[in-house]
Amino acid sequence: MACRASRNLHRDVIDAQRGAARVTRDMGAIVSPVIRIDRVAKSFRGKRALDHVSATIHPGQFVAIIGRSGAGKTTLLRCLTRAVTTGSGSIHFGDVDLGTLDGRALREHRARVGMIYQQFNLVRRLRVIDNVLVGRLPHLRGWRRWAALARWFDPAEQAIALRCLAHVGMLEKVWQRADTLSGGEQQRVAIAKILAQDPRVILADEPVASLDVLNGRMVMDTLRRIASESGLTVIATLHHVDYARGYADRVVGLRAGGLVFNGPPAELTDAMLVDIFGEYPAPLATAEPTMSDAAAVA
Amino acid sequence: MSVAAGALAGLGTGPVPPAPPHASSARRNLLVLLGAAVLFAVAGRIIELRPLELVRDVGNIGQFLKGYLNPSFANVGEYAWQCAVTVCIALWGTLLAACISVPLGLLGARNLAPHPVVYLAARRLMDVLRAVNEFVFALMFVTAVGLGPFAGMLALGLHTGGVLGKLLSETIEAIDPGQLEGVAAVGAGRAHAIAFGVVPQVMPNFLSYILLRFESDIRSASVIGMVGGGGIGFYLWDTIRAFNDREAATVILLIVAMVMCVDVVSSRIRRVAI
Repeated sequence: MACRASRNLHRDVIDAQRGAARVTRDMGAIVSPVIRIDRVAKSFRGKRALDHVSATIHPGQFVAIIGRSGAGKTTLLRCLTRAVTTGSGSIHFGDVDLGTLDGRALREHRARVGMIYQQFNLVRRLRVIDNVLVGRLPHLRGWRRWAALARWFDPAEQAIALRCLAHVGMLEKVWQRADTLSGGEQQRVAIAKILAQDPRVILADEPVASLDVLNGRMVMDTLRRIASESGLTVIATLHHVDYARGYADRVVGLRAGGLVFNGPPAELTDAMLVDIFGEYPAPLATAEPTMSDAAAVA
Repeated sequence: MSVAAGALAGLGTGPVPPAPPHASSARRNLLVLLGAAVLFAVAGRIIELRPLELVRDVGNIGQFLKGYLNPSFANVGEYAWQCAVTVCIALWGTLLAACISVPLGLLGARNLAPHPVVYLAARRLMDVLRAVNEFVFALMFVTAVGLGPFAGMLALGLHTGGVLGKLLSETIEAIDPGQLEGVAAVGAGRAHAIAFGVVPQVMPNFLSYILLRFESDIRSASVIGMVGGGGIGFYLWDTIRAFNDREAATVILLIVAMVMCVDVVSSRIRRVAI
């Protein structure tokens, strides 16, 4: 595939740079479904992880889920991808009830949900472009599905991958192996992968927790831009309150599995933060690194 | 080196704090040693261990050596050809083994098996293939497909298939699940998830296992002719049984040379490919 892809590399790169601006605009025609979370509860071995959480998430919102470790943030996110089933209650993506999905329908749901992980979860021994092309797998039809088993993708798919990489500014690393990239670069490739996946909703599980402040801001800026330009719903779990304040349209606060806050970041007062994170060991507003710290580093 | 400085000034002096008591393991070690000694003594009696006979019959060994130090080159062409046949048996046997091991390894990996029953069935099948020695398989295939290298290759392939399958399934169980989840999460089907999430992770190890087993298959193939499986093994058996020491020496020399050549080639491949 390498020869086939690089034969027209120069033209592909030019196309990719021109096409980069088009990626999110093309997706703008797509409206994310309304996500209705209705009294969802979940226990693991008797331990309550989610306690009757209800929320409605409207299309195009950037939602931050905040809370302490073990508050149920990740469990809620995993319920949305149906990586875990809800114990009781229901989740609807538009008209689709996630509880009823299995087999093919479940795979189609996962294709519509782009997932970003704290540990990036790229295939480390594959090249950047192959990792981005993974996002195209659910869209392949006919013989192309079989060709993909040998990592062969037709030029149209490769062009999509190059545009997505250009969109996150990773085009020059396209032929490198994923494990040669820094954490921030890997997360940007992971974002390119879900852009190629063309999802209806983006879920991000602690997308910046493994990154330094500058890379974290770069990744959050990219997610924010995707949400603003394309109208895609982005739901991210975050444990830095300042990221939630700086980027989200809406903040959902979880404490011990229960929903304790649901509103715009402006309403997130210090008293609210104490309610979400608790009092001990230090006042949170000063315990968290702040954006001015980041600016000082820069 | 002294700790009696700065903030740690107090640590160099003063009474030693009493540590909590701990059990001594000397008694247990002695018992283990005694048990092992008894076990080996009994085992030695059973196998009629008589090291003195090595010394007493040193004259016979000299008799042997005389023949072995004068290898005969009368039939060396035929022996060399049979060595080539042996390498071919090992090549095809390893290929067959790799083909058998891929489905068995995938189904026998706990994290990929579609159902626990499938997992158990694949694991037990691999156990059977590994438990039955390639010689036993060779005896079966000689009756099924007749004498010759084809029977030997089938026997090697089946046995090695079980070994490679087990190694592969354990490699798959040790993969980083995050990379697989990252592929499965885009809604990829099972085959795609394996091709992208599993294969790149296990490929280097699997290739190196295949090379390792190929080297071992060469050694097995060099004796499988003793039971009719083709290759140089037939002449090895024939010349030794007939006390044809000079011919046997040639055969053994050729086998040693062949094994060394294959080891050199395969280690070179390993360095380049993996």
